Amino acid sequence: MSWGAIAELAADVNAGKSTATENVKKALKAIKDKAGFKAIIATLEKRALERAKEVDDTVKSGKNAGRLAGVPFIAKDNFLVFGADTTAASNILKGFEAPYQATAIEKLEAEGAICVAKANLDAFAHGSSTENSDFFTTLNPHDKTRVPGGSSGGSAAAVMLDMAPFALGTDTGGSVRLPASFCGAVGYKPTYGLVSRYGVVAMASSTDVIGPITKTVVDSALVLDVMAGRDDFDGTTIEREVDYNLQKTDLKGRKIGVVREYMSEGLDPGVKKVTLKAIETLKELGAEVVEVSLPSLPLALAIYYIVCPAEVSSNLARYDGQRFGHTSKNAKNLDDSFAMTRTEGFGVEAKRRIMIGTYVLSSGYYDAYYKKAALVRTKLINEFNDAFNQVDFLVGPTSPITAFKIGEKVADPLQMYLIDIMTVAANLTGNPAISLPAGLSGELPVGLQLIGAIGQDKSLLEAARCFEGACK
Amino acid sequence: MTKLSKSDVKRLADLARLRLTDSELEQFSGEFSNILEYVEQLKDADTDGLKPTYQVNGLSTVTRADELVDYGASQKALLKNVPKVRDDQIEVKRVLG
Repeated sequence: MSWGAIAELAADVNAGKSTATENVKKALKAIKDKAGFKAIIATLEKRALERAKEVDDTVKSGKNAGRLAGVPFIAKDNFLVFGADTTAASNILKGFEAPYQATAIEKLEAEGAICVAKANLDAFAHGSSTENSDFFTTLNPHDKTRVPGGSSGGSAAAVMLDMAPFALGTDTGGSVRLPASFCGAVGYKPTYGLVSRYGVVAMASSTDVIGPITKTVVDSALVLDVMAGRDDFDGTTIEREVDYNLQKTDLKGRKIGVVREYMSEGLDPGVKKVTLKAIETLKELGAEVVEVSLPSLPLALAIYYIVCPAEVSSNLARYDGQRFGHTSKNAKNLDDSFAMTRTEGFGVEAKRRIMIGTYVLSSGYYDAYYKKAALVRTKLINEFNDAFNQVDFLVGPTSPITAFKIGEKVADPLQMYLIDIMTVAANLTGNPAISLPAGLSGELPVGLQLIGAIGQDKSLLEAARCFEGACK
Repeated sequence: MTKLSKSDVKRLADLARLRLTDSELEQFSGEFSNILEYVEQLKDADTDGLKPTYQVNGLSTVTRADELVDYGASQKALLKNVPKVRDDQIEVKRVLG
């Protein structure tokens, strides 16, 4: 039931050896057969089959249908896609029909890819387990009693359940890498600004990025190659590299820094063991491995939990029940309508972040919290820049623990936030980072995190592919 | 450390246009105090001489030519999501009186 390499799938469709329609039907069947894992919020059956026919007709007419011809994919439900509601797994956006499409979706479709379903997430991407979804919790493909990680938990689970060869996620504090780590997938967060976010529900605009979740690094590189680059509709986008065709096959001449702060206290022994073994593998591939210290790294999560809620509180201010989304039926006046709509429509975590954000931005507290966080963020960025003057990549685990039990951390929001302790720094600094399956602790996958220099996504993906090759 | 009382949380909820029950105020008051205690470790970080970072890739105020751009979203598609429409306009509850 596995899909194989994305490039080959597309080549087979273009060569007439298989059809887009067969691929879409196979994806839809897998989604139906594995519905028990609750990875999917909605399928786009009708539109996907229509688009598959278009791709097949293009091939029949003798034309090339693109680099992703007939390749099914799944989008996290915070991407605007024609043919299904975009809910961000929140009650306040239930029934919201996308009036336009995300640039990332447009670019993938232009190369023949077909969106077959929308995946579950923590509502508005606020969370690390999908337990904050206003609809349901996704189950980990390796153990149904455990979470898949979050917030792109539905996307990661869907890929590991072979519902599609790739899925899209968003990574604001680790939301692509963490679920990839918990589910055993490849989860890649590009350099900030490399992929347009136009048409994606905004969470924290200074850290939000879009990233693919796949089974292999080469698949992620291909998806990035299609999506990357400047977009007039997103003023934060940057120039891309010429191509993302991965060439380098070893790590000779590469210097990798093991981050001391990531290997210290709080690391699960099983995770530590797999990480140390992975570091040995990097050495065997020719890399020079040194220890690196980033003294402000232990503060990254504290910075994030000021910056992120502050930006969330601004971005979620638009949900007022007047122009789109849920609107309260019982309101008597306009102010009532705002407050009742938001009170009824937002889940508890969205409310929590909106209020913390409101607090740290409010007069009298702004300097002590928000501005201080922005200053320490500069300090962290300076330390990253210093580190990347010495090494090509940083390495450590993606998460201090493996997938935890459903319900285990819901009662204590701070404990849930601490899950992101190893992923948030790359969001605050903008560096590209990838989580790679590195082995198992017990029965559960462990992710290895490689972090690259800003704008050096290709080189990071090349190193990641070398590691992946050595693990097989 | 900072403690947020129930009335502090009530004030935040009002500012953010949220209405909370008494037990929610109680719950958030405890949680926020914990979260603020955690983030307050930043206070000790030496940031003398540094400038704050609000945006990481150095772009600021990206502009475009002041011309009509087709975003591909029709008026019809946009209005379809509006809870209450009258004569192709968004209807809201009266603001005055």
